[in-house]
Amino acid sequence: MSDHPTRREFLLRIGAASAAAAGVAGVAAWLAGRPGSGAAGPGTRLPDFATAGAGPPLVIARGEDPARLVSAGLEEMGGIGRFVSKGDVVLVKPNAAFDRPPWQGATTHPGVLAAVVAACVRAGAAEVLVTDNPIHAPESAFRKSGLAKAAEDAGGKVLLPAENLFAPIAAPGSLLDGWPALAIPLRRATKLIGIAPVKDHNLARASLGMKNLYGLLGGPRNRLHQRLDEAIAALGAVFRPTLSILDGVRILTRNGPTGGSPEDVVPGNVLAFGTDPVAADAFGATLLRLDPAALPWLELAEARGLGTADFRSLSPKEIDA
Amino acid sequence: MRIANVRVVCQAAFLVLFFAALYLAAAPRIAGYPVSVFLEADPLTAVTTALSTGHLYHEGPSGLWIAVGVLILTILLGRAFCGFVCPFGTLHHLTHRLGFSRKAKARRDGNAYRPLWRLKYWILAVFLAGAALGLLQIGLLDPIAFLTRAVTDAVFPAVDSGLRALGLPGIHPSATPWFPGAWFIGLLLVLFLGLNLWKPRFFCRALCPLGALLGLFSRFALFRIHRDEATCNGCDLCATGCEGAAEPEKRVRLSECMVCMNCYEDCPEGAIRFRFLPPQAGEIAGPEVGARRAVLTAAGGFALMAFLDRSGGSLAASGGPGVIRPPGSLPEEEFLARCLKCDACLNVCPTNVLKPATLAGGFEGLWTPVLDFRSAYCEVTCTLCGQVCPTGAIERLTPAERQGLAPRRDGRTEVTRVGTASYDRGRCLPWAMDTPCVVCEEVCPVSPKAIFTREEQVAARDGTVRRLGRPYVDPARCVGCGICEKECPIRGPAAIRVGSLITAI
Repeated sequence: MSDHPTRREFLLRIGAASAAAAGVAGVAAWLAGRPGSGAAGPGTRLPDFATAGAGPPLVIARGEDPARLVSAGLEEMGGIGRFVSKGDVVLVKPNAAFDRPPWQGATTHPGVLAAVVAACVRAGAAEVLVTDNPIHAPESAFRKSGLAKAAEDAGGKVLLPAENLFAPIAAPGSLLDGWPALAIPLRRATKLIGIAPVKDHNLARASLGMKNLYGLLGGPRNRLHQRLDEAIAALGAVFRPTLSILDGVRILTRNGPTGGSPEDVVPGNVLAFGTDPVAADAFGATLLRLDPAALPWLELAEARGLGTADFRSLSPKEIDA
Repeated sequence: MRIANVRVVCQAAFLVLFFAALYLAAAPRIAGYPVSVFLEADPLTAVTTALSTGHLYHEGPSGLWIAVGVLILTILLGRAFCGFVCPFGTLHHLTHRLGFSRKAKARRDGNAYRPLWRLKYWILAVFLAGAALGLLQIGLLDPIAFLTRAVTDAVFPAVDSGLRALGLPGIHPSATPWFPGAWFIGLLLVLFLGLNLWKPRFFCRALCPLGALLGLFSRFALFRIHRDEATCNGCDLCATGCEGAAEPEKRVRLSECMVCMNCYEDCPEGAIRFRFLPPQAGEIAGPEVGARRAVLTAAGGFALMAFLDRSGGSLAASGGPGVIRPPGSLPEEEFLARCLKCDACLNVCPTNVLKPATLAGGFEGLWTPVLDFRSAYCEVTCTLCGQVCPTGAIERLTPAERQGLAPRRDGRTEVTRVGTASYDRGRCLPWAMDTPCVVCEEVCPVSPKAIFTREEQVAARDGTVRRLGRPYVDPARCVGCGICEKECPIRGPAAIRVGSLITAI
């Protein structure tokens, strides 16, 4: 190469340098225009899954066989077709909080979950997703509780709470506004069914359907215990299930919500199905021999217009299965 | 079939088995597989723990008996373990085959014997001296323990998070585990593998204490490499592929020979044979280490290990909160006399509560398993760490034995306590800030709960009267699982923390 660049070389080199400089400036400008940290923007808006329209708001089914309880109870509620239509993506939320075997009553009865998932599949659901964000190690909790096998054998799909399933949710005015939750599957779903075991709870006194929705949250959710009554009512307002099922096949009457000993569990042989989550929880409180009126979170939920705490006024249908 | 090809197949098979065992051990795939079999087949594990404890640890006919088998194999065949079995050796082999020069002269020079290759015998002497003092540090460099630790702490987590980033299922079932100081453990692995680009099998030849131990035993080998002077034309081709730098073209150094069989394959004249009881004139049987120096090194090793022992060993005495051992661990002194710091227990731990200790507890305990309750908890029905411990530092309990539902082998029926929780009332919300909380009570897994509340009426600063549940620990119930510490909503150090055992009366 000569000491003096040719005109062509000169133009090419100037051009290449300019293009590189413009590229750097362009990328920087694009990056500067994106939201910085702390400006995550508004959270994800969750669908309202609640069931509107005619049909019984609360059914109580008694009997010893979980599968029969589920089919008879659903039938009485107007059939699974009232809740799940062909092509629906159903998100089922059992309580898989603890790495414990089913007999301890700390988690949802696997037989109930299996029957509900199977009913959804029969109703033509495109997909039945089963998820929870357990307190114990998720994989172990789903396995030892028997819920993973129950869900999969019945045709459902277990979603372990991987990090990329969470996103902040939009709930203006709520304690939970901006809180991370399992928003990705919730956005994908068209129906939400909660199945909560009936349990004693050290702080809330009872852990029932609305408390069960705590398992849809991520983040430092243990801070919510400082305002737990308010938080439970907020859970009921933010996540509005299509159907709330209370699983009282076994009832954890003390040392809740973990249990751990056979003496903590009594057979309840009952399921409750409600489109009114407040009424269902009020009935659940009676299973624990608690006066629903003595539960502040239930009162708060009713005050928010989420349902009727005086469940007897709805004249719930009681059946034997 | 060429014997070197048989060797390659063996090496590949054992390497795959090694990684498969660690993969299966990542819960919950363990399901009764003998996942610690490589650690149990390691003669150095057997010899050093026998020195430090006076006992050959085994469960029934397996356990460290396998290592005795390997030692006997070495007496029959020489260091075939190094050439055919050792997964770390195979990784070194693979690295230098990929990265080292392929030119015959460069390879011949790279495979020359060097005085530096004696270093491994000094290292072995120091470690043996330590073991005799009850100070087991062999896991720092033992190839099986080293590789188990590097894969557990650094390789698997890296691969796991990579797989998850691609949307694939990870190696571990729930989430990618993390281990403090894993970067250094991984860096050592990269460094040792990288040294192959300078000299093939650098780690095996210069550093490996297991190779040194097997080198000492190979002098009795009944089958040996032998070069027939009469047939040999002195072409030196046998030196190009010699894994052990054993100089088959000169007088074969038996203690260095890894029985890779490359010289046998490479000899165009058929002068090299693997023979039963060949004449000993053409070989150097033992390592080139003088007796005086060996004694001096061992003495130096005693001094060094005694120094290390004093530098931080008294963990047991101090009972610092940083040293909570896995459930079923032996008393601290005995634990340290057995723990290889192989970190097999960390790999199998389903909650990632087990972490490698850093230097905080002194050099002696480096990389031994400790529980970190701020990030995870110990599942009270889980006994996986004890199932995989190759040396019995963690007792092999059944879940029923751990929970005190069945008698242990020593006849005692009692729940296994890892530690005991206690409150830091200056940080606890109901105690210090008149705020309801008691997440700790909620998650306490024993029945009746070890954490209980007393309802108290407090006059808040603004004059209002509040009713609060203030939490307490019942030490007779607490098993030290640490889930209270993990779930405590206070940032920074939790308001309830598990410390070393308080013995409840």
